[in-house]
Order: sequence, then C-alpha cells, then structure tokens
Amino acid sequence: MLNADDLAVFPVDVWISDAVQWVALNLRPLFLAIKWPIESLLTLIDGAMHDAPFPLVVILFTALAYMLASRKIAIFTAIVLVLVAAMGVWDPAMTTLSLITTAIFFCALIGLPVGIWCARSDRAWSIVRPILDIMQTTPTFVYLVPVVMLFGVGTVPGQVAVVVAAVPPLIRFTNLGIRMVDREIVEAGIAFGASSRQLLWEIQIPMAIPTILGGLNQTVLTAMVMSVVVAMIGAEGLGLVVLQGIGRLDVGRAVIGGIAIVLLAMMLDRITQKMAEPKRATARSRWLAALNLDRLLSRNGSSETVASQSGTNA
Amino acid sequence: MTERLRVENVYKVFSNTPQKAMERLAAGADKDAVQAELGVVVGLNDVSLSVPTGAIYMIMGLSGSGKSTLARCVNRLYEPTAGRILLDGEDIVQLNQNELRQVRRTRISMVFQHFALLPNRTAIENVEFGLKLRGLVPKKRRARAEEVLAIVGLDRWAYHFPHELSGGMRQRVGLARALATDADVLVMDEAFSALDPLIRNEMQDELLRLQHSLKKTILFITHDFQEALKLGNMIAIMADGRVMREGTPQSIVLDPGTDYVAAFTNDVDRSRLFDAASVMRPGSAVAERDGIRVIAASSTGGFAVDTKARILGRLDEAGLAKAKDGADIRAVLAPDFVSVAPDSKLLDVARKCRGIEDLAVTDSEGTFLGVLSPASILTAIAASSNAGQERHLEEKRHA
Repeated sequence: MLNADDLAVFPVDVWISDAVQWVALNLRPLFLAIKWPIESLLTLIDGAMHDAPFPLVVILFTALAYMLASRKIAIFTAIVLVLVAAMGVWDPAMTTLSLITTAIFFCALIGLPVGIWCARSDRAWSIVRPILDIMQTTPTFVYLVPVVMLFGVGTVPGQVAVVVAAVPPLIRFTNLGIRMVDREIVEAGIAFGASSRQLLWEIQIPMAIPTILGGLNQTVLTAMVMSVVVAMIGAEGLGLVVLQGIGRLDVGRAVIGGIAIVLLAMMLDRITQKMAEPKRATARSRWLAALNLDRLLSRNGSSETVASQSGTNA
Repeated sequence: MTERLRVENVYKVFSNTPQKAMERLAAGADKDAVQAELGVVVGLNDVSLSVPTGAIYMIMGLSGSGKSTLARCVNRLYEPTAGRILLDGEDIVQLNQNELRQVRRTRISMVFQHFALLPNRTAIENVEFGLKLRGLVPKKRRARAEEVLAIVGLDRWAYHFPHELSGGMRQRVGLARALATDADVLVMDEAFSALDPLIRNEMQDELLRLQHSLKKTILFITHDFQEALKLGNMIAIMADGRVMREGTPQSIVLDPGTDYVAAFTNDVDRSRLFDAASVMRPGSAVAERDGIRVIAASSTGGFAVDTKARILGRLDEAGLAKAKDGADIRAVLAPDFVSVAPDSKLLDVARKCRGIEDLAVTDSEGTFLGVLSPASILTAIAASSNAGQERHLEEKRHA
C-alpha cells in the first residue's frame, strides 16, 4: 500500500528556510529601513500615551469621539476608558492603542495611494488584487512566521505585522469607493474640463470618502485583532496580558485582558463606523459648519425662506 | 444664420479594433448586421448635422438610436471613430488633451439627465464648478455663480445642498452650472427626461424664455417627440445610429418621409404646432378702384385693403359680388373683421373663428398678409386627428 508520507519528496520547507535565510542575511538594510520609521512613530506615540496623565487621555479620546462621531459615542468612549483603568490594565491598553494608532497612520500612508492607483489603472488593480486576496485569506497567525524571520521578535516587529495585516481593506475600499462614483458625475467633471488631477480631487475622492472611511473601519478592526495576536512574538499590550494569564493558568487575568480588548474594539468600531455614515446633520457637519460661521449664518437665513417658497416650488 | 457646430460623417464604433467594423459599415452593412457579425456595437453610423448659431437643435431618437452617443462625441466624452466635428470651423477631433480641456471649459458645456450635481456641495458651489476648474479666483466665481443662479431663479436656494432641492430645482442648478462658463454651445442630454410632466413643461418654458435672451446654440437630446416639437428650431430624428430625417418641426410633421418617422408624427397635435402663416393663402385681387383693392381667396368673402396693404374692412359673399360688378367698395364693406398674427398657432386661431367668416392674417403693423378660411384650418388640424383616430380604432379592433 502506498503511504502518503512516501510521496513527501519535495523539500519545500528546506527551500523556504534557505530563501528566508538568504533574504534575512542579504537584505537586512532594507528591513532596517522599513522598520525604522515604524519604530520611531510607535516609540513616539507609545511614549506620549504612557506619559500623559490618565484624565488627559480620557478627555482627549472623548473629545475626539465627539468630533468624529456623536455625543453618545463620546460618553461610551469615556466609560470604556475608565472601565479599562478600573480593571488595572491601563498600561497594556495604552500600548495596544498606540500599536493601533501607528498602524492606522501607516495603513493610510500606504493604503490610500495604492487604492487610488488601483482605481485609476486596471492593470495596477489586476496586479494588486491577487496579492490582497492572498493577504486577506492568510490567517493572521501565519503572518508571524516571516515577520519573526525578517524583523525579529518584540513590539516593533509586532507593529510591522499589524500594519501588513491591516492595510488590505483600506486599499480595497479606496479602490471600490473611487470606482463606484456615479458615472454621470465623473462625466460631468470631464465635460466641464477637469484634468485628471482635478477629477480625482474635486470629484472622485470627495465622493468616495464614505466608502474609504468604511475601509478605515475594517482596517482598525483588523489592526485590533492583529495587535492581540502579535503578543505571541513578544509584542506588549493587552494580548500579552491574555497570553500571560493562560500561561500561568490565571483565568482571571486572561479574562480581564479579553474584556479590555473587546471594550476597546467596540469603542474604535463605533467611532470609525460613525465616521463612515453618510452625513446629514451629524456632529461632524455641525463641527465643520462651526468652522465656517458665515456660511452657517447664511444658511440659517435662507432656511426661513424655504417654508414660504416650498409651497410654490414643491 | 451662421453655422456654429457641424458634424461631418461621424462614426462611433465601441471597440478597441474598429477597423473591421468600419469596413463593413463602409460596405453598407447596418448597425444590427455588424453587431451580429462581429459582436461590436455601432453607436453612430455616418452622422452629419449642421447646427446654426442660436438654434435649439433637437436630436430625437428612441433608446439605442445613438443620440446620447452623438452628444458625448460632440465634446469628446467619447472619441469618434471617424469623422470631423467642427466648432466654429475648427475640428475638435484633432485637438490635443490640453486644447480639448480649454474647449470644454469655455466653449461647450453640458447638462445631464440625472443632473450630475456633486452631493457634497451646495447649489452655488456646484454652479461654480466649471469656473473653479478653469482656475477663476473664489471671489469672481462666486459673483458669477450668484448672477447665474438669479437668472434661473434659484438665488434664494444658493446655500442649500442638492438633496434639499426638488428635481426641477436641481436641474436648474445643472443648467446654471452650464451657463456659468459662458460657453456658446450647450449640450443637453435628456435634460428634462427625469422630471415629472408638469415640472418638465415648466422647465421647457423656462428654457425657451432663457434662450430668448441668451441665444446659446443648444444641442438638445430627447426621446420625446413632443418635446422636440416644442423646443426645437430644427429636429434630427435618429435610429440605429443614423439620422433618419432632419428638418424644421413643421416640415417633418407635414412630410415625415418614412414610416418610422410617421409613427412619431401621427400623435402630434397639429393645432398647437402649425401657425397661421403655414395655412394662410395669399388670395388674389378681384377688384381695384380709388386706391382700394379687394383681395379674396374664394367667392365667399374678401378683404378691402388700401395702397399700403392696410385692411379697411371685410366683404361678405354678397358684398364681394357687388364689388366685382363695379359697386362702390366703401359702401359694401363691413368695418369689423377678425385678424390674427402669422405666428399664432391654429388652436388660438380656431378660438377666434366667427361662423364661416374668413380671417385676415396681419403683421404687427396691421399689414395684410393672407386669408385663412375656417375650412382650411379644420383641414390642417384634421390631417393628424384622422390618423390618430384611425389608429385608436385599429387598436380597439385588435383588443
């Protein structure tokens, strides 16, 4: 009888180890160059978050949630942060948040231009799309292998893994958002003489923003998941709390880590989801209107005439 | 009238390799044959048009006739596969991207079926759009946009977003955006088709009113023959990417030429389309004495005019006979008569008819132009009603 193991003649594992070893040895400057900006920003944000007094952080995040989303979500944000502090996992939570904040920055830096490029070039999209497919079907766990080989272990390599795992949704949604812009409106732009740069900035990007923000929401959630998983390669944060809890059979510690993760994830999801909603009179538009006070006033002035005119025009 | 826009032998084949399809079209194959044979869609098949300055030129056709393709070829949203498009004598097909942008920014603007307004900008910002692309400073473009919004009657809605406006108002914004660039040529692609019938009617009147003072050259795409008749100085009827018939509204209704065109003209309300001038007869002088001339188109009555062709009065059948026999014309004429302007529509003329009495057609200075008999008005109107009625009977019989 033929045994399946008899067929194992391809030493794929050997080839891959050799290849990775070669890359790690010969392309070391490249990986250092990739690591440097990520490490710098992470150190900066992480330092700021840990050094800032606890009340200030709560106030800042609450204010941010109010501006980006709504009052309800601002209150929710404040409650989440206080609960996290009350459970005694404030420090690891701040590390996780700085991992995510850094990831958002680099994902936007990479994802937006790549997404725009894909939307404007079918050839680019046909190259990028299969790569995104592979990246998104790969379990987050599997990302750790090459990262450890190429970047080592610790929080910074963990951050690299978070960025790599979280960038595909943003590229996808940016591409989709721009491609989905109503054809007639794009035609209007061209018909009025827009150059391709004007078309992009005046029409395509403004109209794709709700979709792009939807992608940002996905990116944030993926970053959240990944920031926990990278605890396995030695990254600090809430993931490490859970991992330590499991390792020491300390169920309580593992669970509070888990609860804090869920709370933070809910908070980030609510804020970014609200941003992606089409705006009518949301907090954000009120906030924007406040910046442009005279326009606000003239709009209020003219709305008085709405009632009198609507009878004839409706 | 001079010619502003000329479309010469334009073809549009939707394919990256149109050569084969072009050969087949040149050999006389039509749109369907080429599509069946090569699987290639032909948008325009040898279209030539001449649009005079200041005219509203209607392109009328059903869906798939190529009318929107033609509109998009005029400003090269679609690149014509072959042919020339001359704007004031300059072939815009030959322009490079830079020159083309300049033409789009300053000389041809467009109004879209579904308005194509930017939802994230207020009405006035939408109107400014073309000027912003051109690089006009904010203050100047705001001033111009306010001006144009006032022209279309939306000055009080300037700071509202499109979703706060009704359909008719949105299209007014679309129209204002097109007018703001001061382009001579306006391409209106089914501009009123998405509006309710009442609002559409209102917008058509508005366009005619605006055109009266603005005198743009308008290429108006529509699938509605009634709209074409109402707005157009000229109409081109398209089918299968070709122009089937080109002419003035009245000439097309009078002589449709093909059954395809006749199918549209059957339903036309001729009493609203034809004017007095198209039905009147000049009449002939039957008597002339003492500087007074009697002009009649039949034996049932006539008009007495002076040397300057101003009407002095009407003669009935008996009076006409006496005048012919040499009686004093002044003694036999009745001072009251009905006169109509040459451009009044037959419907309005018919409302003025008194019994079987002939009507005089006079210009604004009272100069006699011709005679209209109630019978001739009826005949002109009935030509359509008959056709319409027969069709209704036919449908009833089938049902």
